[in-house]
Amino acid sequence: MRMIIPQNIIKELIEQARKEAPNESCGYLLGTDDEVIENYWMENIDHSPEHFSFAPKDQFAALKYARSKNLKILANWHSHPASPSRPSQEDLRLANDPTIRYAILSLLDGEPKLNSFKILNGEVVGKEIHL
Amino acid sequence: MAKIYVNGDVQEVNLPLNVSELIKQQDVQQPEMVSVQVNEEFAEREDWESIQLKEDDKVDFLYFMGGGSELRIKS
Repeated sequence: MRMIIPQNIIKELIEQARKEAPNESCGYLLGTDDEVIENYWMENIDHSPEHFSFAPKDQFAALKYARSKNLKILANWHSHPASPSRPSQEDLRLANDPTIRYAILSLLDGEPKLNSFKILNGEVVGKEIHL
Repeated sequence: MAKIYVNGDVQEVNLPLNVSELIKQQDVQQPEMVSVQVNEEFAEREDWESIQLKEDDKVDFLYFMGGGSELRIKS
């Protein structure tokens, strides 16, 4: 089933990513079934334009928050401030969770693009275009 | 059989069962890439084998989340 990301959420992701550029920005997309209800901001603890990581304590806090709202973590997202909306080799290598989608927001050339991917065993097995 | 909660879902498991064994049962492909909490307390990896689970325990595990842009790959 296709993951639906409402326009207001996409707008929020773009604003967050532009605000945190040139560093990569990131978060979780929380929702019910396959519709995103909320963007949950996560700190990029690498504070880098080329890399992002979540702190485990922040991840569990997000999980706790999602449960309190009866939401599920549908996807992780991060920005590529200056590269396309597709997973890098490192993104693929670190995409270990088979239960969620991985969304990538590109700000390349000032034209935001948002795709999400299902990644299994380091390979993209599904792609959805959201913007 | 005992009832425990794994990532929010109830599961029936056979005891004794430690955290390391549970993670294997969950078919986690790369256990070194997950962080675990038992009853909302972090379970350090070196303690996984010594933490015995009991009825109604709540176990959550999350995969490490990170990545890099293509700029890093090219550099």
